[in-house]
This record gives sequence, structure tokens and C-alpha cells, in this order.
Amino acid sequence: MANLTSVAGIIFANMHDLTINDLTKVRTMGSVPFGARYRLIDFPLSNMVNSGISSVGVITKSNYQSLLDHLGAGDSWDLSRKAGRLRLLPPYGNIANTYTQGGLYRGRLEALANVIRFIENTSADYIVMNDCNVIVNIDFKKVLEFHAEKGADITVVYGCGNYNTDELRPKTILNINEEGLVYDVLLRAQASYANPNADDAANDETRVPVNSSMNMFVMSKAFLLDIVKESSSRSLYSFDIDIMQRRCNELKIFGYKYEGYYSQIDSMSTYIKSNMELMDINKRMAIFNQNRPIYTKVRDEAPAKYGLQACVTNSLIADGCIIEGIVENCVLFRGVKVGKNSVVKNSIIMQDSVINEKCEMDYVVADKDIKGGSYRTIMGTVDYPVFVGKGETV
Amino acid sequence: MKHVKKECVAMILAGGQGSRLYALTQDMAKPAVPYGGKYRLIDFPLSNCVNSGIDTVGVLTQYLPLVLNEYIGNGNPWGLNRVHGGVHVLAPYESSGGSKSWYAGTANAIYQNMNFVDRYNPEYVAILAGDHIYKMDYSKMLDYHKKQNADVTIAVLEVPWEEASRFGIMSVDENGIITEFAEKPAEPKSNLASMGVYIYSWKKLKKYLIANEKDETAKKDFGGNIIPDMLKDGCKMVAYNFESYWKDVGTIDSLWDANMDLLNPRIPLDLYDSNWRIFSRNDIMPPHYCGENCTIENSMITEGCNIDGLVGFSILFAGVTVEKGAEVRDSIIMPGAYIKKGAVVQYAIVGEDTVIGENVIIGERPEKIENISEENWGVAVIGHRVEIKDNTVIKPKEMIDTNM
Repeated sequence: MANLTSVAGIIFANMHDLTINDLTKVRTMGSVPFGARYRLIDFPLSNMVNSGISSVGVITKSNYQSLLDHLGAGDSWDLSRKAGRLRLLPPYGNIANTYTQGGLYRGRLEALANVIRFIENTSADYIVMNDCNVIVNIDFKKVLEFHAEKGADITVVYGCGNYNTDELRPKTILNINEEGLVYDVLLRAQASYANPNADDAANDETRVPVNSSMNMFVMSKAFLLDIVKESSSRSLYSFDIDIMQRRCNELKIFGYKYEGYYSQIDSMSTYIKSNMELMDINKRMAIFNQNRPIYTKVRDEAPAKYGLQACVTNSLIADGCIIEGIVENCVLFRGVKVGKNSVVKNSIIMQDSVINEKCEMDYVVADKDIKGGSYRTIMGTVDYPVFVGKGETV
Repeated sequence: MKHVKKECVAMILAGGQGSRLYALTQDMAKPAVPYGGKYRLIDFPLSNCVNSGIDTVGVLTQYLPLVLNEYIGNGNPWGLNRVHGGVHVLAPYESSGGSKSWYAGTANAIYQNMNFVDRYNPEYVAILAGDHIYKMDYSKMLDYHKKQNADVTIAVLEVPWEEASRFGIMSVDENGIITEFAEKPAEPKSNLASMGVYIYSWKKLKKYLIANEKDETAKKDFGGNIIPDMLKDGCKMVAYNFESYWKDVGTIDSLWDANMDLLNPRIPLDLYDSNWRIFSRNDIMPPHYCGENCTIENSMITEGCNIDGLVGFSILFAGVTVEKGAEVRDSIIMPGAYIKKGAVVQYAIVGEDTVIGENVIIGERPEKIENISEENWGVAVIGHRVEIKDNTVIKPKEMIDTNM
């Protein structure tokens, strides 16, 4: 199997930004807050570190100040080391090679061409590529073993699920034969075409069973360099279209089926669902495996404090919260305050947001630092949650 | 190696056994005792140093140093992993002439590490206790020390007269100059107690440390020798008034009280002040989860906890589980402890990774005890890594350090 000292990671911090527009207006996908104390990039980064990968490059595109602030030198992930470390790869790092002159890439291949020196300079033989929209605790060692065993050009990790046309739209669907070879790749698939075995009668509302890409790829460094250079020469920039879709019958693309729990964020509703699913103890234990912890930036907050009239049920609460009201089915991030006689239900309230006294909130997603007055009512519904932007005053 | 000069170096005395904490200090020194949900006592002096701009700190260890050494590590959680200075754990050591050995007293401990202090050639040295809970800006005290042109400045706190005989008591004149010092006097002449926070002009202190070391009859202690000697010689010794929260947790009761103080809004110890954070090293854990059946009232709860029972007026450390139907009241539950269903824990301290079985009853509410006295009621203590079998009853004030 692959020697793990010879594996490097590449994380795409900005991919899928547009799927949760509200939350990425001020930040990258990678720095979207998640699960009461994390940012989405904590999951791929921790997975890499826990799989023994200590050289990780993070490709950014725009809006990356909060990401840089979060990552720092990588100490929180034990990535500030002598051998291998965290490398931030912002745009305009290599203006000679690409169509965009190293600037704002149009697709994954162009992004990789922009950072080709990082890939060339790494001593790794294998590269693991990962986006920031999947919440999972995965051991990449097993994926690397699978890759070596199959002699694959590309290994792509996928999960199985049932989705309707709306839900399928942001996903990459893989059709895979018995050997595990990917023979068809669909983007923006319609339910009736998503799966060769799908019911012909399937309409847009029908949830059809599919294999959905988790946007994790393993390749050898040599192969990756080869496709990046070739694509750059031919002005191709989309990995999904130009490599996965167009060349899937020519290349050996293998699918690695991930059987454990994961959730994928590709819309506001899946963002909310992924957060809320952490209330389930089995799912929570699957993600926060004690032997493979999910690391994040330390904030040195005091423990959460519950007041005399606090009443909190079925909620995830981070340190630094001060709760004096009623909280039900919520995710409260670090430093959130809920005042006396306030009732907050079915909501996600991000860092340092303040809800004063006698407020009522139901189905609200509040970005960080919101300043809620007293006697305010914000009511969404399960289908139409209300979003309150960063720093807004309610 | 070239050392950059530092104006002030801090020396934290962290070798104390804390023998009156019994089961809680059986495998760690007192400064390593957990406090306040996610801290250990030493976080307070360490964080105060960093927040006061002191970046060079020696931590003097002696008694059971493993937990403390591991905890301090390279000082990263406090920002004390520095190119110049930073935190250094200073254990006793042998030397070729046999002149060095175990620390014989607080003054001797500093004496044996004069070489450490001298590397930074400081003007001043702050001598601090490693086991006191308080938030203090040492830079203001240092400014006062400089302004007074003092040889030593001692931080003092007004204590109730009836408690004064438990402390080192300073008498001062109208200019704040210390005129008299008495260690635990039976009849105190003042109620200004020393907090165990000193700033010395290093040259002066060094002279006294060397002299004290030569005197074979001396106790080699700050309170016993250095302070009385300096006073006798007419050194300029000034008191620096401190008027906020300060606590020395010497006993089980004071440890319990100090934790409960965090739940009392009238007590001025704000851990939520982002301008004066108390830093700590913590395990990597997810946010805590409050279940469907959970009731939490006036408590502090931190990462990794899973609460599905009742928690009232309590402090829960990281990774504590309280199962459905279990009750925890007026108690301190240390990291990783597991309280099984039906168990009732009240007025108790439960140690790290201890398991409390189903329907176990620990402690009792004081109002339910007839003719309450110090003999029949007190905080119950279950030590670290102990297992209490189902249905066991543990009385108030009991101290358990083996499986039951």
C-alpha cells in the first residue's frame, strides 16, 4: 500500500460556494460555521491529519479572509511542523501558466494549474483532493489502499442515497459497474435519467437511488500533473466535465463506496439538516470519533453558563454561551447569548450572536454577531427558514 | 544561546502537594487540580502573566509533576511558546558539588533556580503561587513597585478580621509601607493578608536568597525568613492593595466553594471577559449535547458533555455524561466522569473518569440533616478513576479513593 508519508492533500476551500449563497457572501465554503464550534474545512483537514497526511495545500479563490484567520499557521490541526505543513494557496500565485494568468480559476483543473508548483514540489507520490461540503469522519488510508489495489487512475469516494431532481441538481452522480469502475458521470441529472435502473415513470418529485460523489479523489502525483498540464494546454478547466465525464470510459476511474454516516451540504436546507442531524447520538458519535477527533481553532471560551430560568432540550451548545431562556432543537455556536424569557426553537445561531430578553425565534438561521434587541419575534417555518445575515441588527 | 534581556520574569511556585485535598491530589500536584469546568488552578497565574505582558515564566515543580508537566507542555495554549523566554518547567536537580537537591522551601526553590532568572538579566522578578484563583494585572503592580522605588511589593487583600489569623498579615503605615509582618498571628494587628504575589527587585532578592541559604538554621521560606529579614534590615517594602476576587483553595470545602462562586452573579470573577481570558489546554471534544429529558439550572457545562438528566447548581467538566433519570445537584463533576441512570449526586466532588453506577446515592443536602455539625456533614469526595457499583450509598463528607 501507499506509504503515508508520501501522501499530500489538496483542499478546495471555495468549491460549492454558490450552493449556500447566504452564508458564503462573506466567506468561503471552507469557513462556513457548522456544528456549534466548527468551520466546514475542519472536517477535510482533520480527516487528512488523522489519516497521517501532514502536507496539505488549501486552494482559495475569493472571500478568504475569514479562512486565513481560522487556519493561521495550522497549529490547531498539528499542521505547523517541520516536515509537511499547511500551505495556503491563494489565487495569483502563478501567473505564467494558465489562461486566467493564475487568477480566479474557472474550474478545478485551472485551480490546480495555478498551484502546480505546490504539486510539483511535494515529495508525495499520491494526492488526496477534497472539497469542504461533506461532513464525515473518513480514514483516507483505506481509500489509498483501495486505489493501489485497483491500480486506478482516479479513485472517487461516493455514498448512496435517494434524491429527487431538485436535490440531484448540485450533485455529481456516478454510475458504477460490479467491479467498481465508473462508466457514466452525470451532472445536474434529472431523476428519470439519474440511474440506468431507475423507474421510467420517475418524475421530478420521485426520489431515485443513486451513487453520489463525495468530492474526494485520490490520484498519483504523476497522473494528476499529467492531466493538469494537458488540460491547461487545451484550455480545459472543468475536472467534472473534461476528465470525469468525458474520459470516464478511457481512464480507470474507480468508485470507493463509503458506508458510514456522512452528510453533504449543497443547499440551505441540507445545511440545516446536516447541523440538526448531529442531535442523533449515533450520527454524532460517527462524526466525532474520539480516536479521530475533529480539530478546530481554539477560542479559549469559558464553559457555557445556564441561568436560573434556563430550559434547554435537544440542543448542541458550545462553550462561551450564556443561556437564560428557553432553547429547543437548536445549535448554538460559541459565545451566543439568550436572554431571560426568550424562546429559541429549531434554529441555528452562530458565534457571538446576542438574543436579548423576551424574544421569540423559530426556524431561524442567524449568522454570526447578530444583535437582537428585546421583544423581537422572527418566525420561519420548516420549509422557509428565516436567514439573518452576519452582524445584522434585528 | 543568546538570551534577550527581560524586564520582569515570573516564577510560579507549583510544587505544593495540597495534602488537605486528599483523594484529589493523590496523583497530581495541587496546581494541576481541575477547576471551573475547563481549567486547572495553574491557568490563573499563567494567564495573568500573559495578559500582563510577562512572557518569561519559570514553573517550579516538585510533588508529582507528571500531570503538570504534560499540561504545560510547550506553553502553546497560553501563548508562552516563545522564541525568547516562554514557559519553562523547573524541576529540582542534582549538581556536581551536591549543593542542589530537593527544594527545601519556597526561598530555596528560587535560590536553586537563580541561574534560570539570571539568563534573562531582569530588573524585577514576580514570585507567584501556582494554586490561587484570581485575575490580576501584574503590570499595574509592577508600575506601582517602580513608582514607589520599592525593594519588594507585596499584594495584599483585606480579609474579614475573624479569618485574619489564617493568613500572613501585613501592618502598613499611612503611605502603604509595610511596618510589620506576622505569619498566621493568633491576635492579628491588621486584616491585610498577603496573597502570595510578590514583585522583587531582582538584585535585592538575590542578595537575601544567598544570605538565607548560608544560614543553616533558616527555614528557607519567603514568609519565614526573606520577608522578616528584609523588614528587619529596613528594606523598602510596600503593600499593593488588590480589591477583587482571590481564593486559595487549600481544602475540599474551599475548592467546592470556589467552584460554586462561579455560579454566583455577585462574585466578581468574570471568566467571560474577552479582554482578560483565562487560557487552558483542553481535549479536542465536540460541543455538549442537551437531550430530550435534560433539565439544567444555574450550572456551567463544557465541551463533550452529554446531559439527559437533571443538573442544578453544578459545574461539569469536559466529557461528562449524565444519563436520563440521574440527578446532579450542588456538585463538581470532573472530566470524563459518567453518572448512570437513577444516581443522585449532591454536595459532592466526583473525580476524573470516575463511574457512578445506577441508583447510587452520594452526599446529602445539609437541610435534611438533623443537628448538623462538622462531624456529620460535609462535601463528599469520590477520587479520580474510581468505580462505584450500582445501588451504593455514600454518606456526606466521605472520601472514597478505591472502587466500591
